Amino acid sequence: MNIIELNDLSVSHRLGYETRTVVHDVSLTVAAGSCFGLVGPSGCGKSSLLWALAGLNPHWQGKMTLAGHQARPGSAFTGQLRQDVQMVFQDPYASLHPRHRLRRTLAEPLKLLKKKDINPRIDAGFRHAGLDPALADRYPHQLSGGQRQRVAIVRALLLEPKILLLDEPTSALDMSVQAEILNLLNRLKQEDKLTMVLVSHDPQVIDHMCDRAVHMDRGYIVS
Amino acid sequence: MTQNLTELESVPPRGRQRPRVTSLAIGGTLVAVLVLAALLAPLLAPFDPNAQLMTARLLPPSSAHWLGTDGFGRDLLSRVIYGARPTLLLVALILVLTIPVGMLIGICAGYLGGWTERVLMRITDIFLSLPNLVIALALVAMLGPGLMNGALALALTSWPPFARQARAETLALRRSDYLAAARMQGINGLRLMFGHILPLCMPGAVVRAALSLGGIILSAAGLGFLGMGVQPPTAEWGSMVAEGSKVIFDQWWVAAAPGGAILFASLAFNLTGDGLRDRLDTRHAN
Amino acid sequence: MPTENSPLIVADRLRIASASGATLVNNISFTLGRERVALVGESGSGKSLTARSLMGLLSPSLRLNAQTLNVVGEDALALSEGQWAPLRGGQLAMVMQDPKYALNPMRTIGWQVAEPLKLHASLSRAEIKEKVCEMLDAVGLPQPSQLMSRYPHQLSGGMGQRVMLAIALIADPQLLIADEPTSALDHAMRDQVLALIRRMVEQRNMGLLLISHDLQQVAEHCERVMVMYQGEILDRLPAADLPRATHPYTRTLWSCRPSLATKGQPLPVLDRAALEAHREHH
Repeated sequence: MNIIELNDLSVSHRLGYETRTVVHDVSLTVAAGSCFGLVGPSGCGKSSLLWALAGLNPHWQGKMTLAGHQARPGSAFTGQLRQDVQMVFQDPYASLHPRHRLRRTLAEPLKLLKKKDINPRIDAGFRHAGLDPALADRYPHQLSGGQRQRVAIVRALLLEPKILLLDEPTSALDMSVQAEILNLLNRLKQEDKLTMVLVSHDPQVIDHMCDRAVHMDRGYIVS
Repeated sequence: MTQNLTELESVPPRGRQRPRVTSLAIGGTLVAVLVLAALLAPLLAPFDPNAQLMTARLLPPSSAHWLGTDGFGRDLLSRVIYGARPTLLLVALILVLTIPVGMLIGICAGYLGGWTERVLMRITDIFLSLPNLVIALALVAMLGPGLMNGALALALTSWPPFARQARAETLALRRSDYLAAARMQGINGLRLMFGHILPLCMPGAVVRAALSLGGIILSAAGLGFLGMGVQPPTAEWGSMVAEGSKVIFDQWWVAAAPGGAILFASLAFNLTGDGLRDRLDTRHAN
Repeated sequence: MPTENSPLIVADRLRIASASGATLVNNISFTLGRERVALVGESGSGKSLTARSLMGLLSPSLRLNAQTLNVVGEDALALSEGQWAPLRGGQLAMVMQDPKYALNPMRTIGWQVAEPLKLHASLSRAEIKEKVCEMLDAVGLPQPSQLMSRYPHQLSGGMGQRVMLAIALIADPQLLIADEPTSALDHAMRDQVLALIRRMVEQRNMGLLLISHDLQQVAEHCERVMVMYQGEILDRLPAADLPRATHPYTRTLWSCRPSLATKGQPLPVLDRAALEAHREHH
């Protein structure tokens, strides 16, 4: 069963009054429970495509179906779709709000969704990712890069998404820490039955993690 | 990664023999002196600031009157101490009026973009181009002189820089990963603006406020000098300088005492602002 | 001035501590001649601090001491800031991680590459221009004469790093310190830039200290490797012996890279508790 279906998807960026198309006519499908890779050099459009899939860039055309929801171009994701698609960002130093304690960052979306047992959920999430729950009361700058990336993963998974998007999740980490994070991602993929879309410029990471992958160059899929 | 290196370098060295005396320490102490003077004026002032004694007019500084007396025989030291009150009250009023309004407009403009941003920024530009003392005079002419009206007048022309700074910071923050992450989790609108963007704009606003207070004090004194602020016989530094300017060549102390107080207050807030900027920027940089 | 055979760096019991007394680099010793040596470790191992101490660029809040620290024949502990200036760029040079932050955005490429020449050599304007063109060409940049009037923001990451290398090498230094020169680059560019660095260092008979966190990457381009962990050098070995390394830390760093061959299995990771125990015994 295909959990992601894209048909003739084009993504553009708006800078002031100009519109520049960065991804052209992409069509692909991703099977549920698999890991799909997007590889290519800087500027090839892979991150732009991922951000459109994440609902962070509303300027796209074409057809996008995610986890059974039909996304509408030009509007942000709402409701169940917003929960079903989550992302882990590249720079662990930049993806957690520097002035909020980690517990607050993780609890906020759960409070908005009126979930119960927020603190136990956070603690369980930390343990699931190999972190000590006491770290939740700290600020991001008090953690190492690898720990922050784990927290970012916990944050994404707390909403119980069906699709996890990963934008170069280990590019900013040391080789040894990268190995730990990749192991964690593989374990979570198996235990939580996630579908992952992984963007990277490192073909070896893609080789290791992904069941299928495509190359992108200058906005087009080339293989 | 070299990130660790900059973390190390930005931590101020501790465990040294003598603590470094920073601008913040000096400025903070001076501001504390000002605030204490205003709060404890009845205890600190040797005489009643409004007690006139026509036999003791224009006396030079002496052991009885440390700063001398003015044209009505009132003790200048007491008037200077009591004069801290309207000054600080004015400063507080202006801060309360300008910072929230300025930041609200700036953050909304930066976050919402489009027509909202354009309209808000054009309004900001209009207010920015108004000369503050002239507007103050006009307002006071309409509404009558007094502390509140003076504060209102100065506040009307002081908020635009805060709005512009808040908008610039919001625009820069909009592209950051942590805001994108918050949006992914369903946080947007007011919650995002006030829970996430505002805390990041606060340090910049605080520094700007501290640095502009020096200028505000001078403007307030200017209003007083022109007779548009607090009305006599209440002691206020600006109007005291005006009175003293009439006799400045022969009895220089009548103008110099309040003038010195204005200098002191300006210096205090400028140093505090400088020190705050140094403290907040290095932590902010990471 | 070092001769052809004297070592370029002699460090004996180099120690760097923070102002509060915490030891960041703990009594390490090493030498470097006209060879390519890699200093490998994770973030926080102290490798960048070591590199900066060799150029006198440590933050003033950190304390440096050593039994000996000779850099290109000079006693690095005794040099004042004024005495460092002629050495930096002229005798030793550094290439850093991110050209975006290391290049001056307000100056043209030509101006920045010419600057070390203006400081360390006395040549006419025409000679300087010629040398700059030659250097830009030598680092593999296309159309050097046009590139000279461009600005850093107009370059890609790989090109920016080549410009950094040109700036570092133009005044013919003896020693090049490269601090994670490819970490900010795309995977495809990394090998190219490293190969370029290696080629230039070999051609000019220079010494190279390459700092990295990626053991496999430096193995191809260096002759010797030193592995650092938490301020200490845990292992030293020739690069050719890396696949047969015996130290557990080195072994893990060597094999933790993902690839097609490791698909489906967990990657080897550092067992930090065992590592601490191993350190206690040695």
